[in-house]
This record gives sequence, structure tokens and C-alpha cells, in this order.
Amino acid sequence: MKLKSLIIGVAGAALFASAASAGSITAVSWGGAYTKSQIEAYHKPWTAATGHQVVSEDYGGGLAEIKSQVEAGNVTWDIVDLELSDAVRGCDEGLLEEIDASILPPGADGTPAADDFIPNSVVDCAVGNIVWSTIFAYDFEKMPNGPKTMADFFDLEKFPGKRGMRKGPKPNLEMALMADGVPADYVYIVLSTEEGVDRAFAKLDTIKDSVVWWEAGAQPPQLLADGEVAMTTAYNGRIFNAVAAEGKPFTIVWDGQVYDLDLWAIPKGAKNKDLAMEFLVFSTATEQLAAQASWISYGPTRLSSAALVSSYHNQPDLKMAPHMPTDPANFKNAIQNDYAWWADNQDELNERFNAWLAN
Amino acid sequence: MNANSETLQAADGTPLKKKLQQSLFRNKLRAFGLVSPLLIFLIFLFVLPIILLLWQGVYDTRFSNLMPETSNILEDWDGVSEPTEEMYAALVIDLVNARKNKTIGKVATRVNRELSGTRSLFTSSAKKAAKLKPPFKKSLKKLKKKWSKIETWQAMKVSSNVFTIGYIAASLDYKLNADGSISLQDEKRRIHVKLFIRTLEISLIVTIASLLLGYPIAYLMASLPLRTSNLLLILVLLPFWTSLLVRTTAWIAMLQGEGVMNDLFVIFGFAEDDDRFSLIYNKTGVLIAMTHILLPFMVLPIYSVMKTISPSYVRAAKSLGATNWTAFWRVYVPQTIPGIGAGAILVFILAIGYYITPALVGGQDGQMISNFIDFHMRKSLNWNLAAAMGLVLLVIVLFLFWIYDRVVGIDNMKLG
Repeated sequence: MKLKSLIIGVAGAALFASAASAGSITAVSWGGAYTKSQIEAYHKPWTAATGHQVVSEDYGGGLAEIKSQVEAGNVTWDIVDLELSDAVRGCDEGLLEEIDASILPPGADGTPAADDFIPNSVVDCAVGNIVWSTIFAYDFEKMPNGPKTMADFFDLEKFPGKRGMRKGPKPNLEMALMADGVPADYVYIVLSTEEGVDRAFAKLDTIKDSVVWWEAGAQPPQLLADGEVAMTTAYNGRIFNAVAAEGKPFTIVWDGQVYDLDLWAIPKGAKNKDLAMEFLVFSTATEQLAAQASWISYGPTRLSSAALVSSYHNQPDLKMAPHMPTDPANFKNAIQNDYAWWADNQDELNERFNAWLAN
Repeated sequence: MNANSETLQAADGTPLKKKLQQSLFRNKLRAFGLVSPLLIFLIFLFVLPIILLLWQGVYDTRFSNLMPETSNILEDWDGVSEPTEEMYAALVIDLVNARKNKTIGKVATRVNRELSGTRSLFTSSAKKAAKLKPPFKKSLKKLKKKWSKIETWQAMKVSSNVFTIGYIAASLDYKLNADGSISLQDEKRRIHVKLFIRTLEISLIVTIASLLLGYPIAYLMASLPLRTSNLLLILVLLPFWTSLLVRTTAWIAMLQGEGVMNDLFVIFGFAEDDDRFSLIYNKTGVLIAMTHILLPFMVLPIYSVMKTISPSYVRAAKSLGATNWTAFWRVYVPQTIPGIGAGAILVFILAIGYYITPALVGGQDGQMISNFIDFHMRKSLNWNLAAAMGLVLLVIVLFLFWIYDRVVGIDNMKLG
């Protein structure tokens, strides 16, 4: 009995020691189907290639946790998936480690990293991995002649029923203006005026009483599936996942989509900074970004990945390209979320949105 | 007669009074030693963090620490006259340093809270500040037109206050101006007073509803034989032991448009199939779910008080000619007041800080003040405003507690 426990003890200690020498990092992301795509495309191959472990944690976005960890001097996260606006803001506020862009390898086709990454996807403190988009979707079994344009989303007469929208001004103001006839290129110009903001809120007013507000990305597919809403804005990958993995009868309307980037960033003072940096370089390589796109319909930030993107991981017939926000057919009327504009205006607009909501 | 014979002495010759005090002191010390771990725990992990956090609501050194030259010179500025060349020069020095120390983002965030659009003004100007040549007033204005606007300087002046009532003013829908005066916030941005009132309203309704629902249950449990009442007690406690989150989501399944309740309403003809009741994602949903979740906090104190009430009082009242109702209302109910008081204050205080349930089922008109404190903690990262709102909430609760003490009396409360 004693011998047995001794053996177990020694074996355990040996196992522990080997795990410690191999190292492990904590990667934090948004959860659900999205984190799964990263585990399959980044974490598992990295562990297989280097022996290092990746502990996956979920969060709900924003900089609050990073801020409190950095300010308390106890940083437990090593790498975090951030929205572009947060990555830039976190960098400005000294919450993130700077990343030397020269460590990024060229694309698989030999394009230098600087040309391979799409604009804005490599910033001072973060490297992009996906292009995602806020679109709206409906259930085509309940609405065979469904909406086609952003204006239809705001048209309660033509398409009666509740609407799901993200609780916050972003990107509802942009969508409202596009529905009101503002061309995509002029949305932020119009929004920069007092009248433009009034106009966006006035458009939102027209459907306010029919809106169900959601906060987490997993909510809108659920609202649609439950029949709580006739149509809802959502992150395109979540709707795609509900269709591809769960067979839900949802259709995405790409008109008026507002796309954005997600990036990997390393909190200032991360305990495993060097390993995290290695992981960052590994996971933003051409192959990994392409592999992720076979799990979820978010576009890779490297141009060289596009050629390698083929079909959904377990359904060879389901080609991924038509489901990407950046596919030409989907991209006709689209705008990129203007992070600098939002950084300037979000305090005021959040307040105004909340006051508008409460009234 | 000497002095010794007057005072009683212990066996070892010390005065008995002193000896008694010594032994009492030792007892007190021992008692204190026993509670000290909890006391230290509470001070360091409860009281201190709360004070430190609330402190942020009135104390903000960010701008003055990171922009020291500008803050110094702004102190003497009246807030209305044309900014001088010295002010611009100080600003350029600070911008260059803030850029070098990577603190410009913090500065920009701080000033942007006072005036939208200043964020990019600061970050972009700081990038070029090192190359600027005097006179700085001219070169900065040339770089960005906004530097000539007095509003920009007023926003900096407000940000440079270390001790500020700005955040407390903001949490009451007022704003602090550069000249130190306070004015009402722009109408489109007023929200907090409304939320405080709504929070109090929801808490009050939930308290009254749980009292109305809980009192009969407690009465039933107290008057039934032990075996049956224990069964009822378990039924009361069972949801109490279930996770808050599970209970809230269960209510979503019950009350949503395609949910159980609405299906029943349609079957029994109370509602049309395409015009169902909105019972969730609004204030109604919050009231229903919160009343259910907080009900045990009302039932248990009342029940524990009722159990100790001797039935002979009511019998005596009846034997003296009281009707059932009079005996109940004039004799029984007054004896349960300590339980009602305890239950009501427990439910009310819990409700006023409620957060998860309104966040999940509140929709747009069921949000409470704690949801906005959370918003400023996690999303907008304006911890100072969150702290100020917390401070206001704390003051309101303490004030209500004081009123409660005057009306009902804290001593007149029994928790079990």
C-alpha cells in the first residue's frame, strides 16, 4: 500500500515537472463556437508542435479585466482576443505589451507580413486574426419572402414582428443611418454632426417598441430559434454556426453589414509573455488562420489565407467562401467600424443611448 | 482603621477590584482574540476595499499626475479668459512627456469624458508635439483647430481637479463646469436620477409583493402540525438552494413570448396567438422574477417569529369577545411586526442592489442602477463614475435605514 502511494506520488511529481518545463499559457477569448474554432485551429496544433499547453478561458469583451489585472500587478491572462477599438485603446493606456511587427513571418505564398495583413490588422500592441461582421438574420421558414436590405429591417409594416438588436449604440447607429438612405461611405461623416446623430436616433425610434435587446453573442441565434424575434442583428459567425452545426433555417442579410477586426493582444506584464508571443506568431500564420475559417465563418486577416480556405470542417459540400463577410457578393454595401471615431464619441453616445433606452 | 482593611483583597494581596478588572480584561481579550480573524478579514477584504473604491468617486489624480505642468497653470486660470501662451507651452511639455511615457491614452480618456472628440485630439497632437516650435499657441492651433476652442481648455480644467464633486454630480445628472459651478446635464443625456427612482420603485414593489405572498405562507407553516409544516418549509427552501441563475433563466422559459405562460393564455383564450403578452425583458419580468427569488427572505424571518407566538393570546382575545378578524389583526399581527420588519428590510436591501436578474430579464425598462454601475465598471471603464454612483446608492440606503429606524425601530427587528 505504501509502495503504491509512493509510486503514484513520484509519477505525479514527474508528470508535474514535465508539464512545468513544457510551459502553459492562458488564452482568453469570447467563448462558444468562436473559442472552439480557435482551439481547433490554434491551440491543438500549437500543443502538438511545441508541447506547450494552452488553457482556454472565456470573457465578454472589454478591457475591464485586463485593466484590473494590470493595475493590481497580478496578470493571470497571457493572451487575449480583443476588438480593434479595445486593442488601440488598451495600447494607448499602457495596458498591453507592444508587439514588434517584424517577428511576424511572411505569408505561405511568400508575401511579406506587412503586405499580407489587411489594413489596420497589425497595430502597435495587437495582431489581427479575424474579420467579423454584424449583420442581420431571419428564419426563412417563418418568412419565405424575407427582407433583403437594411431598410427592410426597420420596416415594421412590410415585415411585422420583433427585432433583436445589440444593446448599445454601436453598430446600431450606423445601421439606422444606412437604413435611412445614407450611403455606406458617408455614414461616419453624417454621424459626426449633431443632426446626424439625431437622425440615427430618430430612425431607431421608429422600431424602439419592437426591439428585444441582446448583449452576448450567443443570444441572437437563440432569440431567433425561440421565435422571440422575427429578425435580429447578430455576429455572422454565430448565425453561420447555428445553420451549419445545428441545422437552423436562418438566412443572413449582408446588406448594410458593419465589419470589424478581432486581434490577439498580450496584457502588460503577462507572466508567460515570451510563450504568449510565440503563440501569437504561430496562430496568426497563414495556415492557422485558414484552418480557423473551416470552423467558423470569420474571414482570415491574411490575404494569403484566402486561397487555403475551402469548406466546413466536417461538411465538404459546405464551401466557406460565400459565408465570409469579405466575400464580394456580401461586401457590396458594407462599412468598417471606425474605431477612432468610436473612441472619441463612445462616452457621450453610450450615455445618450442609455438615456434614450430608459425613456 | 487603615486603608487596607477598607478594600477587599484577593488571596495574593492585590485589591479585589483590580483583580476582577484583570480577569475581566483577560476575558475580553480572549473574546476579541476569537473574533479578530473575522474582524481583520472584514476590515481588509470588505471595509477597506469599499472605502478605497468609493474614494475614487471624489478623488481623481489621473490628469494632474500625468499632466503636471498644465495642471499647475490651469489652477490659476479663471476658466473663461483667453488661454495664454504659457498655458500652451506647458501643455506641449506635458504632451511630449505623456507620449514618451505612454500615458497619453489615459489623459485622453480622462478629458474625453468631459468633452467628446478630445480623445483623438490628444493622441494625435502628442505624436507631433515634440516637433512643435514656439510660439506654441500658434503652432498648436495650426496643428488642430480644436486647441483654439475654449471648451477644450475648460474640459482640461475640470479634469485637473484632484478632489472633485464632478462624478457625484454626474451620477445625479448634473455636470461640473470649469468655473466650479454645477449645471443640469443636457436633457438627452439625463438618466441617473430616473434610474435611482426606478430602482427604489422596483425594490419597494418587490418588498410589498413578497410580504403579501409570504405572510400567508408563513402563517400556514406556523399553524400546521410540525410534519406538514416541515414539508412546506422544504418547499420554500428548495428554490432558495437553487442557483439564482437557474431560477432566472427558468423564468425566461416560463414567461417569454412562446413560453409556458403565454401558451396557456392562448389555450384558455386570454390572449390571441399573434398578440401575446410581453411578460419578460421588461419591468414586469423583473418584478416577477425578483419577487420569486427574494420571497424566502421574507417568509423565513416571519415564520420564525410566528412560531414563537403562543396561541393563547389569540384564544384569550376570542374568549374576551373578539371576532376572528379582530383577534388576528389586533392581537396576532402586532406580534409578528418584528418578523415583518426584518423580512422587509432584508428583501428591500437585497433588491436595491440587485443585478443579475434585471440584467437578464430587464430588457429596456427593467434596468436598475446596479446594472449601470456594472456598465461603468466593465464596459466604459469609468470607475470613478461607478464609484460615485455606488456612493450615492449607499447614502440613499443609509438614509432609508435611518428613516426605518425612526419609524419602526431597528431594535424591533428579529431575524430568527
